[in-house]
Amino acid sequence: MAFELTPDRKAILDELLPRYPTKQALTIPLLHICQEQNGHINEDVIAYVAKTLGISTADVQGVVTFYTLFMQKKVGRNVIWVCRTLSCELAGAREITHCLEKKLGVHCGETTKDGEFTLLKAECLAACAGGPMIQLNDRYYENLTPEKLDEILDEARKRRDDKVKGAFSPVGILANPGSK
Amino acid sequence: MPVENPRILTKNYGTPQSWTIDAYERSGGYSALRKALTMEPAKLVEEVKAANLRGRGGAGFPAGMKWGFLKPVPGKPNYIAVNADEGEPGTIKDRTLMELDPHRCVEGFIIAALALDVHSVYCYIRGELVLAIRRMEEAVREARRKGYLGDKVLGKDFKLDIVIHAGAGAYICGEETSLLNSLEGLRGEPRLKPPFPAVVGAFGAPTIVNNLETLATVPTIIEMGGDNFSKLSRLHDMKDGGVRLYGVSGHVNRPGVYEAPVGITLRELIEDLGGGVRKGRKLKAVIPGGSSTPVLREQDLVNAPDPKHPLHRWHGKSHLDVPMGVDTMRGLGTMLGTCCAIVMDDTTSMVRAAENLMLFYAHESCGQCTPCREGCAWMARLCTKFANGTATRQDLDTLLDVANNIMGNTICALGDGAAMPMLGILKLFRHEFEAAIGHEQPSWGGVNA
Repeated sequence: MAFELTPDRKAILDELLPRYPTKQALTIPLLHICQEQNGHINEDVIAYVAKTLGISTADVQGVVTFYTLFMQKKVGRNVIWVCRTLSCELAGAREITHCLEKKLGVHCGETTKDGEFTLLKAECLAACAGGPMIQLNDRYYENLTPEKLDEILDEARKRRDDKVKGAFSPVGILANPGSK
Repeated sequence: MPVENPRILTKNYGTPQSWTIDAYERSGGYSALRKALTMEPAKLVEEVKAANLRGRGGAGFPAGMKWGFLKPVPGKPNYIAVNADEGEPGTIKDRTLMELDPHRCVEGFIIAALALDVHSVYCYIRGELVLAIRRMEEAVREARRKGYLGDKVLGKDFKLDIVIHAGAGAYICGEETSLLNSLEGLRGEPRLKPPFPAVVGAFGAPTIVNNLETLATVPTIIEMGGDNFSKLSRLHDMKDGGVRLYGVSGHVNRPGVYEAPVGITLRELIEDLGGGVRKGRKLKAVIPGGSSTPVLREQDLVNAPDPKHPLHRWHGKSHLDVPMGVDTMRGLGTMLGTCCAIVMDDTTSMVRAAENLMLFYAHESCGQCTPCREGCAWMARLCTKFANGTATRQDLDTLLDVANNIMGNTICALGDGAAMPMLGILKLFRHEFEAAIGHEQPSWGGVNA
């Protein structure tokens, strides 16, 4: 089925459009907005982005496959990015990663059967002084211990609102349709 | 004597609601902009030159000189692209500026725009930094409401807007031409230089790409005068001026971001600011300024008997006691980089550390040119063999060979940035790799290890 942005999300795009001299510059922002709505990027989304911006689907596909934040398959309601890079590893990232894998019963790169969590490895997230750390959806959690993980996972499981998503968009906050 | 801890760039850190325009104005914010509006653009550039402001993004290029390279083209706009794609492992400073003092950044962007006759500033922030993106966007909106941005900046006939642009997760986009491609909606693959961005940059127009901290420093320079700012540094005489943000992470008691004059020593950064190596252990190695900068050790001494050698002043001293500056660190065979150190104590396996870093570069290589795409992955595979005890003596030669063949053979600096730390570790810790032949490295990475 063809993909379309909802009117409120379309309004975000409309506000961003005049900020750039070319339409193609909207590729990444628009992909973020679409992913937040659709949960991941599939062929329909790519076709929509290409058509909306007047570029080829190959260009859009090239961008989607280049950047780690674009999900090419369905992800869980929550996405956990666990930093594996040096400062975090020195501070215990391996133990935190093993702990998460055990608690969730999945390996990095997989989604839990109930669709609650996707666990992914991240490269340096610019929070080295707070290692070990994870990004859960759009939020950082630093100075982690195995005990703190329980709390964080419980809280995420209990959260029922739909405002925070594993497939979050950093672009939604860039526009405030209707106000200048 | 403990290191000075000035509160200039970090003046507002810790103030309640420090990210709001009210808090920023209360602390004297936007007064530098008012002063700048009374000055000629050329005078603004002169002050930044006098400040000896070295770019804070890692390369340490003199910011004022870079501004001087802008080549306006009739009929085309000039742009500023702010590099806030903080992703170099160990580097944690720009994020604090955006989250805690976004208006200082905005004010710096506006003054730079005045100096360079720019009417659109694009601030490229990595997509993961949601809080930073939100705070920066809110700051831009507040500034617009108060008349600091818009069709007439503070009533003057100068139009300016700032666009906050979110990336989507790619270390390479911190490379300036890759950032420009990404901003244009393309894959973040670096461009061949020349032409340099100051001639052909964003959307084909002349563009100055500056690191975020570099621009956030500009209001202070205008406020206190370039020369006064430069003299805050201990390396003023080496044309490396002012104060800057330092980071320290890894095996220290107080990891964090600290402000200090340019030219403090690594020992001061580790001991005075970072609280010393944790658990009273001994220091094994320190990566001085982000993962691409080769490691240093305490036991290595400066060998510069020639009075003309730039490091002669520190002849016979430990590498940890040389002031951290762009030229001094280069003299030691490493780089100042982003001034964010990663500290490793004597329990660290340098083989595992190398493996960790090479896996990073293998993942982040954009794949455009062969030496980096194949070489980084090759180095990572070889390091993994050393880590799990399956490496042979031949692998050590291959590792050296691969690293040496990446150096200087790639379009951008990512390949060098991977080969340099690999060669640095092999130079100082070759014995650990030799010892790892046939022996699996002990596991590591525990929270309480």
